[in-house]
Amino acid sequence: MKQLQFLFLGVVFGLLLAKAEVISWFRIQEMFHFHSFHMYGVIGSAVILGVLFLQVLKKREQKTVGGNAINYAEKPLRVSANLIGGTFFGLGWALTGACPGPLFILLGQGYFPILIVILGALLGSLVYGMTKNYLPH
Amino acid sequence: MINPMPWYLAGPLITFVMISMLLLGKRFGISSNLDTLCASTGIGSKISYFNIDWKKNTWNLLFVLGTILGGTLSVTVFDTGYGKISPATIKKLNSIGFSEQKNSLLPVELYGEAATSFSGLILLLIAGFLVGFGARYAGGCTSGHAISGLSNLQAGSLVSVIGFFIGGLLMTHLILPILL
Repeated sequence: MKQLQFLFLGVVFGLLLAKAEVISWFRIQEMFHFHSFHMYGVIGSAVILGVLFLQVLKKREQKTVGGNAINYAEKPLRVSANLIGGTFFGLGWALTGACPGPLFILLGQGYFPILIVILGALLGSLVYGMTKNYLPH
Repeated sequence: MINPMPWYLAGPLITFVMISMLLLGKRFGISSNLDTLCASTGIGSKISYFNIDWKKNTWNLLFVLGTILGGTLSVTVFDTGYGKISPATIKKLNSIGFSEQKNSLLPVELYGEAATSFSGLILLLIAGFLVGFGARYAGGCTSGHAISGLSNLQAGSLVSVIGFFIGGLLMTHLILPILL
């Protein structure tokens, strides 16, 4: 039952991304053509506020609601993986118009061909798992 | 209701979701669910990368289920229509063969009837592959790197986001124009 809070946060996240239209292929095109500030405003304001909030949480040594230390789970810098993987991801993002979150939100909106993209993404994850040891990181 | 929801509301609300997750003891990031879904098929016995206790990540699968529900709510109970796309973008898209969509967030040229042809199917499959492979290779996607990672001032997330833009700009300016 406790896990239902994540379902609730997911609903909030899905609804808000849908209403901000950041799940739109056309908004992603606007962004990569630098024709609109919208996407930059959404991501930029989320990050700037995020930086401020995390600094405060860390300074206060804020605990989770369960009383544990917050796990910020810092991901290490791996230049090759970050850059090459990131470039692959960007190619897919601009083509599909959706990153992983929006893929599922669009499915919920009834865009069923997106299931093919989701299947492709699962295959991509599978192939990464199979080839990880042979790729530069 | 202003369409789309203004960035100065949407951005802070995304931060609210991310901080809520941290306070609940979890890290906000969607693409790790791809690994979890792969692992749930039991493939971990053959590929060690997926040999994880995927049931520990049900909270994140529930989050994804929530986003699907949120998507459904956004076109039913909370259906408020769509905002205008920049005329400059529409003009550019028209010139490379994409038409404007009044009531769709996705172009018919990729997701319409085209998706039922063999070449159209393969294209969507490859596009999805790039998203999934790239996200797991880079160690995160827009949520895990651009939002969570940059908020935590992680160098790896900055490099990843630079990669996202290299790929996105290449696709938008060099590949999409010759695709249709």
